[in-house]
Amino acid sequence: MALTGLFLCLFLVGHLLGNLQLIFITGEEGKRAFNEYAYFMTHNPFVKVLSYVTYLSILFHAIDGFLLTIKNKKARPVPYAYNNPGANSSTPSRYMALLGSLILIFIVTHMANFWWKMKFSSDPMPLHQVVVANPQSGAEETFYITHTGDYVPTSAFVGEGEMPAAMEVRNGTEFYLKEVNLKRGEGYKDLHSVVLSFFGQDKTKDGVPEKNEMALFAVLFYVIAMMVLAFHLWHGFASAFQSLGLNHKAYNKMIKMAGQTFAIIVPALFAIIPILLFMNK
Amino acid sequence: MASKFINITLKIWRQKNSQAKGSMETYKLDHVSTDSSFLEMLDQLNEQLINERKEPIAFDHDCREGICGMCSLYINGRAHGPDTGITTCQLHMRMFKDGDTIYVEPWRSAAFPVIKDLVVDRSAFDRIQQAGGFVSVNTSGRTIDANSIPVPKTDADKAFEAAACIGCGACVATCKNGSAMLFVGAKVSQYALLPQGKVEAKNRVLNMVRQMDEEGFGNCTNTGACEIECPKGISLENIARMNREFLTAALSNED
Repeated sequence: MALTGLFLCLFLVGHLLGNLQLIFITGEEGKRAFNEYAYFMTHNPFVKVLSYVTYLSILFHAIDGFLLTIKNKKARPVPYAYNNPGANSSTPSRYMALLGSLILIFIVTHMANFWWKMKFSSDPMPLHQVVVANPQSGAEETFYITHTGDYVPTSAFVGEGEMPAAMEVRNGTEFYLKEVNLKRGEGYKDLHSVVLSFFGQDKTKDGVPEKNEMALFAVLFYVIAMMVLAFHLWHGFASAFQSLGLNHKAYNKMIKMAGQTFAIIVPALFAIIPILLFMNK
Repeated sequence: MASKFINITLKIWRQKNSQAKGSMETYKLDHVSTDSSFLEMLDQLNEQLINERKEPIAFDHDCREGICGMCSLYINGRAHGPDTGITTCQLHMRMFKDGDTIYVEPWRSAAFPVIKDLVVDRSAFDRIQQAGGFVSVNTSGRTIDANSIPVPKTDADKAFEAAACIGCGACVATCKNGSAMLFVGAKVSQYALLPQGKVEAKNRVLNMVRQMDEEGFGNCTNTGACEIECPKGISLENIARMNREFLTAALSNED
């Protein structure tokens, strides 16, 4: 529990840094940075290994926690008629299993909303598009960006009258010249727009998902989940060190302080992102 | 301080024997001196019950000065009652007010089955102790002077603090998981810290932890309740030390 817990704390930091791009880099630049980052996170082999370690950690942490909780409940078959646990222990420390279960529910919904869409959904993700004004005519044209930096006009994917489209998207992201069966490049999945619309962006345009009426609930659910996470970390962070046998008067206070600071700052930063996205929709 | 007398209501767990189903029973007790100890108050209640030709309440007690570890009792939701650093025999009725209702229950743990009323069977602790809580010494007749092996003062102090554990079981009783890790941590530590204990250190911690699990105690989730309720102030540091000992022993034991 301690090792996976601490690893998941590191994962939280990494995940948070990725997410912070959503609010620190704005506009087209932010969209591009975030989608490139999402591409990197889904294609880099080192990240892939790390992601599997993370999945396994979450599963182990949840399953082991569940089994331990059952064992611990069995250790006291007859409950006290009158109990006053608040006299000797902090509230979060006594509700770790409940807090953890709530976090697990959040992780499932969170992964269904973003991770599943990004990786498996048969419903294709929108691809990253940019609008560029033609320097001569001034007319605006939409392009897909490939990860080699090329621009592919979206108009090529739509047939005109009798003329069939010259290009098509295969495997979700690959741009093919239909006639010669040639791959022109690979686009970025536009996770940025999916995230923004999930948390309330209503600038509906081509390729961008529909306006999300449920955004307020999505934000609220996310913020509440982060509060639950904060309570879980409030006890969990320092507790992991104790379980590993790291208890010494020279650094006990520091670990506790670090844990409680971590428990407030990390979930707060996570929670502020959807709030800001919702407010600036 | 002049002594005062209070009238109280007691809600006490009554259970005929280990097989019987128990229940909380209510008793009124008048004219309890605030100078009396909690156990003396129970003696007074038992006298009243005997006079009424009722079965007196069975409860554990022995030295009545806080060193034997016999008395137990979960009083008003806390092990050894509403004070810290004391056993139940050191709890006095001055902690309660006139008209108070006091809940008295036995230790609740799968590993501590109720024998009768408030008496529980704590022999699980004895079995853990027998699994490794000792040092083997040859009895050749030429006993070496104990002080011939130098021990750092801080280690000696810590070992002594761990050895202060009286095995009362308050840690198990108060732990929401019914975990015995403070007890086992103290017993492992008191030897692990001393050179004499180092010889059998690896087997000791492995065997004691195995026995602890077999007895049906729960697992430590570091709520820290045991440390606060322990009448002898055994520190959580001992659980961390046991975890360290266990980790290294599990990884390096040759047996």
